[in-house]
Amino acid sequence: MSGSKRQEKGMTLIVKTITRLTVGLILLYGIYILLHGHVSPGGGFAGGVIIALSFIHIMLAYGKETAFSKLSKAKASLLESLGAILFIAIGILGFTGGYFFFNFFTDKGEAFRLFSAGIIPLCNIAISMKVGAGLFTIFVILVLLKFKTGGKDPRQGS
Amino acid sequence: MILYILLILMIIGAIAAVQMKDLLSSIVTVGAVGLALSLAFLVLKAPDLAITQLVVEILCLIILIRATLKKDLPFSTTGRRFFNTLVAVVFVIVFLALGYFSLKDLPVFGHPIMEVGAFYVEQGLIETGATNLVASVILDFRAYDTLGEATILFTAVIGVMAIMRRIGRKKVGEEIKESDEWE
Repeated sequence: MSGSKRQEKGMTLIVKTITRLTVGLILLYGIYILLHGHVSPGGGFAGGVIIALSFIHIMLAYGKETAFSKLSKAKASLLESLGAILFIAIGILGFTGGYFFFNFFTDKGEAFRLFSAGIIPLCNIAISMKVGAGLFTIFVILVLLKFKTGGKDPRQGS
Repeated sequence: MILYILLILMIIGAIAAVQMKDLLSSIVTVGAVGLALSLAFLVLKAPDLAITQLVVEILCLIILIRATLKKDLPFSTTGRRFFNTLVAVVFVIVFLALGYFSLKDLPVFGHPIMEVGAFYVEQGLIETGATNLVASVILDFRAYDTLGEATILFTAVIGVMAIMRRIGRKKVGEEIKESDEWE
């Protein structure tokens, strides 16, 4: 956030201050929603979308350089692929008990606790990584692209 | 009672969204419809769906506002007015008739015909240990469906990237550097 060059990008000072105060809380709320998906309403998809929204919040207020310094494009791509592989791996590990997506933890734990319900929290984490990184990538692609209209030279700075 | 108020609000909002001349007002009206849908899920005692609907609606609104405004989208109000009206009226009549005949025999709300739902409600906590039964269904009993859903999202991201990035839109004989691939 330091440096005079970055201050000029993005929205006004009011939006930037409110963003700085709230964006951490939004990220924490997303992590809470996804970790408690098997105990209370929520789950991997909603938590992943909230996590993606916190990064989109930074990008809307501060511009794309600051947002890419928090979550770069390569890191988002890695996170999404890692989430997909993790989800498939949990499913394949179920073959140790007999069938695809078998809940291979024999001790399911105590109800209403955070560490319970076997593979369900692990699946929630995998899905949230996939959904969060994927929706952030879709937002970046759809918003940052500028289509050329008219007969301009396409190689001129876009 | 409150459900019917929400449904009427959604219908009014949907009609207003089509009739608005301003693009930003139209997008805001679509957002109001989504918020009313989220509240309707909450009234019908589905908080999981309500949370998901709310956050996805916010994300869609941001993308719609940032991606559609400031762009000169083609907008036509003239044309074959008689033909368009005829097609719309015929479609609405066919849709309403099919909906009437297919939804007539639905069971009463809260009394499903299938017996598998009762099994999930009784055995879900014992079999999986998850107190949120929705999570136990989508990630344990029916995890194979969730895998398909995740594959859909993955394919959508890959497709959007392949079509919209710089290399996918270059002209014949144009050179693209690796650095400005995303611009």
